[in-house]
Amino acid sequence: MTELTDLGVAAIRDGVQDGAFSAREVAEAFVAKVSAAKQLNAFLVETPDHAFAAADAADKARAAGEAAKPLAGVPIGMKDLFCTKGVPSTAASHILEGFTPPYESTVSQKLWDAGAGMLGKLNMDQFAMGSSNETSAFGNVISPWRRSDGGNAPLAPGGSSGGSSAAIAARLCPAATGTDTGGSIRQPAAFTGIAGIKPTYGRCSRFGIVAFASSLDQAGPMARDVRDCAIMLEAMAGFDARDATSLELDVPRWEAGLSSDLKGKRIGIPKEYRVENMPSEIDALWQRGIDWARDAGAEIVEVSLPHTKYALPAYYIIAPAEASSNLARYDGVRYGLRDLPDGANLQDMYAATRAAGFGDEVKRRIMIGTYVLSAGYYDAYFTQASKVRTLIARDFDAAWESCDLLLTPTAPSAAFALGEKSADPIAMYLNDVFTVPSSLAGLPAMSVPAGLDGHGLPLGLQVIGKALDEQGVLNAGLALEQRAGFAARPEAWW
Amino acid sequence: MSVDTATVKRIASLARIAITEEEAGRLAPELGNILGWIEQLGEVDTRDVAPMTAVIPNHLRLRDDVVTDGGVRDAVLSNAPQAEHGFFAVPKVIE
Repeated sequence: MTELTDLGVAAIRDGVQDGAFSAREVAEAFVAKVSAAKQLNAFLVETPDHAFAAADAADKARAAGEAAKPLAGVPIGMKDLFCTKGVPSTAASHILEGFTPPYESTVSQKLWDAGAGMLGKLNMDQFAMGSSNETSAFGNVISPWRRSDGGNAPLAPGGSSGGSSAAIAARLCPAATGTDTGGSIRQPAAFTGIAGIKPTYGRCSRFGIVAFASSLDQAGPMARDVRDCAIMLEAMAGFDARDATSLELDVPRWEAGLSSDLKGKRIGIPKEYRVENMPSEIDALWQRGIDWARDAGAEIVEVSLPHTKYALPAYYIIAPAEASSNLARYDGVRYGLRDLPDGANLQDMYAATRAAGFGDEVKRRIMIGTYVLSAGYYDAYFTQASKVRTLIARDFDAAWESCDLLLTPTAPSAAFALGEKSADPIAMYLNDVFTVPSSLAGLPAMSVPAGLDGHGLPLGLQVIGKALDEQGVLNAGLALEQRAGFAARPEAWW
Repeated sequence: MSVDTATVKRIASLARIAITEEEAGRLAPELGNILGWIEQLGEVDTRDVAPMTAVIPNHLRLRDDVVTDGGVRDAVLSNAPQAEHGFFAVPKVIE
């Protein structure tokens, strides 16, 4: 018999509903896997009781003949950026150590309302700032994947949702929440051979998610395949009056709408994404993706997004600027860490607390943000970046004149080794070259696993859609997924 | 773009982050590199382009001006490093 932990969201949901196994059995199987996988450092907090309570509720409801909730019996992982009532939430930063939210984030509440249970809180880059999980204050997450060269170099699971990606790839949970500010769902999904979707900005409420860059932050699901992402996203999305940018729209039935028939769809290939020094394997994968899309019935068209090269520098003004403002709240007064040196006044306490509590990358970004917002520089940096952002959004609008979706690689390389890029912030930032433009424009985008590189490491393809066209994105993702037939998985060494 | 340590210290002070001389020395070239890299935005012609203010067109909602929350003082204070008499406590600010 297949191990229960090899099942995805849909298979668990259906199996529990059909009585093939109980939700309790599923929860027990995953809890055991989580607790045996400490070497991966994917979980910051384990919450087996939460998972068991949800499972027991699902089993009880079934026994009583009640209608099953959409995620009844499905245990998931929760990125530690989501505030969870009564469960420590740190954003992987020392400055929030000891913080136990007295409230629940909207997205996590929606998942519990849908019947899901929580296996634990997942490690991540500190405040979601990073692309490798190396900025966590609680240690690196180690990818379950290893290169096939026999070396055991620990690899990055991607970031910032690296605990989520590692846990799903290692079969510690069938799905997890992620958040994406510039690629933090899609790049880790690509690095670990799983799927992940960032919906249109405003689909998922930001209430209760620790803020990084508010005009970019968006929650989304990560899971092993497209269908599971659709199921999760349906539960996570929806209007919330507590988020001023929440979209007041009904949640489409994305799972029911899944179709891998791309007839009549025009898929754009943006020529500016053929960046210099792109490994030939990524280029070849992209070409295979184009062939798969054509095979699924799509028409392929070349398009131009002329401002692509300015997306990363614009992002690294806008995101740090918003972060410097959002992170001003960590002052040692209301929650988290306080560092009060002898004889210190209030200002000294703020500065000492923030020096002790924030990691290096967080400090770097706060300082960049403070600089670009400071008097005399605001227009040259922040206003200019916001104008370039308008141009980037216009590029996409122009592309939609001739196509319905865009197909690109997700990341410019496969997973790199931990430590390989951490000395050079800009080299690390370049990882997000293909994911940042759609974030700046607020568009839905997803990564699906599409193949392996020469070292046996996963590579992902990205589909970008028009605002609110998650269905189009999921459908194209499904068409690629079916043709890629990605079945590789990391061999358990942990 | 070169950033000197005096600038680093000024930014750190604006950001309320205590830094040592050694950290300022290390951060100066790092921030200089990043700022040098993002300066390429200056070459984009943005005349007649409005800065983006909303990613997805959306209207700001209004709601009735009524109390919808509150009465949760103890929950608000429950995570404070130091809370006294129902207030957040900080070092003395007035002698």
